[in-house]
Amino acid sequence: MTDPIPNIEGIMCPLPLPHNERIVLGHGSGGKMSYELISKVFLPLFKNPILTTGDDAGLITILKEVSNDDIRLAISTDSHVVMPLFFPGGDIGRLAICGTVNDISMLGATPLYMTAGFVLEEGLEMETLHKVVESMRVAAAEANIQIIAGDTKVVQNGKADGIYINTTGIGLIPAGINISGTNAKPGDIVIVSGTIGDHGIAVLAARGELNFKVEIKSDVAPLNGLVATMLNATKEIHVLRDPTRGGLATSLNEIALQSHVGIMIYEDTIPIKPAVEAACEMLGFDSLYVANEGKLIVIVDKSIADSLLSVMKEHPLGTDAAIIGTVTERPDTHVLLKTTFGTTRMIDMMSGEMLPRIC
Amino acid sequence: MCLAVPGKILEIYETNGLLMGKIDFGGVVREVCLTYVPEAKVGDYTIIHVGFALNLIDEKEAMETLALLDEISNQDLTE
Amino acid sequence: MKYLKEYRDSKLVHGVIDKITRSINHNWIIMEICGGQTHSIMKYGLNQLLPEGIELVHGPGCPVCVTSLEMIDKAHAIASQPGVIFTSYGDMLRVPGSQGDLFSVRASGNDIRVVYSSLDAIKIAQDNPDKQVVFFAIGFETTAPANAMSVLHAQKLGLKNFSLLVSQVRVPPAMHAILGSANNRIQGFLAAGHVCTVMGYWEYVPIAHQYKVPIVVTGFEPVDILQGILFVIRDLEQNIYEVENAYSRVVNYEGNKPAQNIIEQVFVECDQKWRGIGNIPRSGWRLKPELIEYDAEDRFQVGEITPTESPLCISGQILQGLVKPMNCPAFASQCTPESPLGATMVSSEGACAAYYRYGRSL
Repeated sequence: MTDPIPNIEGIMCPLPLPHNERIVLGHGSGGKMSYELISKVFLPLFKNPILTTGDDAGLITILKEVSNDDIRLAISTDSHVVMPLFFPGGDIGRLAICGTVNDISMLGATPLYMTAGFVLEEGLEMETLHKVVESMRVAAAEANIQIIAGDTKVVQNGKADGIYINTTGIGLIPAGINISGTNAKPGDIVIVSGTIGDHGIAVLAARGELNFKVEIKSDVAPLNGLVATMLNATKEIHVLRDPTRGGLATSLNEIALQSHVGIMIYEDTIPIKPAVEAACEMLGFDSLYVANEGKLIVIVDKSIADSLLSVMKEHPLGTDAAIIGTVTERPDTHVLLKTTFGTTRMIDMMSGEMLPRIC
Repeated sequence: MCLAVPGKILEIYETNGLLMGKIDFGGVVREVCLTYVPEAKVGDYTIIHVGFALNLIDEKEAMETLALLDEISNQDLTE
Repeated sequence: MKYLKEYRDSKLVHGVIDKITRSINHNWIIMEICGGQTHSIMKYGLNQLLPEGIELVHGPGCPVCVTSLEMIDKAHAIASQPGVIFTSYGDMLRVPGSQGDLFSVRASGNDIRVVYSSLDAIKIAQDNPDKQVVFFAIGFETTAPANAMSVLHAQKLGLKNFSLLVSQVRVPPAMHAILGSANNRIQGFLAAGHVCTVMGYWEYVPIAHQYKVPIVVTGFEPVDILQGILFVIRDLEQNIYEVENAYSRVVNYEGNKPAQNIIEQVFVECDQKWRGIGNIPRSGWRLKPELIEYDAEDRFQVGEITPTESPLCISGQILQGLVKPMNCPAFASQCTPESPLGATMVSSEGACAAYYRYGRSL
């Protein structure tokens, strides 16, 4: 009795069906389907000569005429994981661009180039991907940056919450700019560029688990334009920071630690939208810890604080800017808040996740 | 033990036999169970804890409390 | 925000403080029962405004803090079972059990969800008929009507996949326990305003008379709390041992009758263990026997659990107002909000967490 002849036809793959509706594992495998995904979805929207060359890495040329001094680059990377993917005021794509643009801008750098790595979930609708990538195109244009390299992987259904995006950005720090969280000095003034807590509350409402509605949009926006305007007005900015997850409180604590100073903020001066305040009341949140994605903290010498504030208020992303506090010598590395009654309390870094409370 | 927040009743309706309402907390709107305040009317203010109205807010009492406290505060200013 | 901002008015706050300062001729020790009041006092720094001579002691009014360790461990045991969606109010997720907290149970792959309202848990049960949905029904009397309603509603909807893990506690027996203790220092009480919104304040009259302490029903905003303190001081200075209502915009003597009726339909009194304090007779509520099909302890047969509490934790003494958090050897060293050893460091209403968050370095 001979063994049956193995049927090899069963293991040969027929011509792959065109998958135009949804992402499938094949899109991440590096072959023809990946190539088509890149050509049809990413390249048309991220079009620029560096990217369309099509090599493994994007080639950046720093012209020899650029500078006699050292060339200083700001580089930042961020992975973006947000649910839901689309929320009032933005989406994961916009967040991915603005988040990294903003991180670079906080060093005073002009953002120039960005990479974008995608982890896509099998089953993701192509239309969803299109919307996200289009949103990235719009945000990149607003920020005047180019996406020059990228990567795409696909994971099985049930992983990646639809899309995860990593962006890495590079920016050039102009000569004479020295901005760092280590530069805050006692006597400096603390300014915030606008209302706090908008992004966190908008996303929480959009997530739907807590079943509340609020007319608040995420503030997600690229801040490099505002920063450029500020730097045009003065080179004497000591610190820039964008208070994202962990909110204003966490960022101020980080700066206090980096600079070994104290910071005192005044409750009555902190700008906040009434609906954000109401949502925080209802859930028992402290708005100082709620995330922002289109706001910055700036710390400057007190001699230029008022004039800088005026400049910021002229910019569309700074209309609600306000002076909120001062840098102090003691207690160093701590942040204090003066309440509306004149009492003082400590503001710690955020600890763990913020949870709605019943108490 | 009791984070309860005042809100204004915008709408009252029934769902699955429960008296429910849409409440405005000052820009945030949420559905809340009004079973424990059957006398509630649209426009009333109520105190809400974990999605349930515990009582209506008595406007008259509220005003009287504020007036009393105002009087106390002013006493000290003039003395 | 109406009915909130008016009670945060700076002029009123300073006016009442002045009045308290003028009214006080002796030293007094006052306890605020409610964790929400502790939170408010610390957040607004009201203790910094009070004159010398008033000592505020923070009572065991945080249901998150006083939920017994056995109950937390039972919650973990149930939440770890396959096919269970465990739902809870947010602040319970961080409470340490004998081994980790509900966050770590979630990290192991179990389905644990935060809900704002018990009715949201009902909705999850309706949307997931093939899963068992358990709702962690903790709270003082304030939360009892909400927790009770979920059972009745589940019954009405004919839900077979919904049950409650109940840990309800009651204030009056706790006050008896504190006032009746040999170490008691408390001379006056701020009663919990939202508990009284549900239950009224008639239960406190015999307590005031028996122990000769003034009890003032107090709200939660800065002006409310200071008004409560003012009334207590006034009463103490005049040797008046009665119950007064300083939160009359929501509290009345009888309380909310419809809410009390529902509580009576669903719950029956029982002895209850308070974390850090021990057993207080008749200080809890459990589901009535005829509602046993909604009792998660019965449904999941979690059995007797022997918990292990950190030997360093002196939460019990803190909860009874015998020791202040910063005098605990572990405070801010081994015990922090990120790695709490005991209940009072976990919830932001816990006295230890409140002092850690707001009071260090001042």
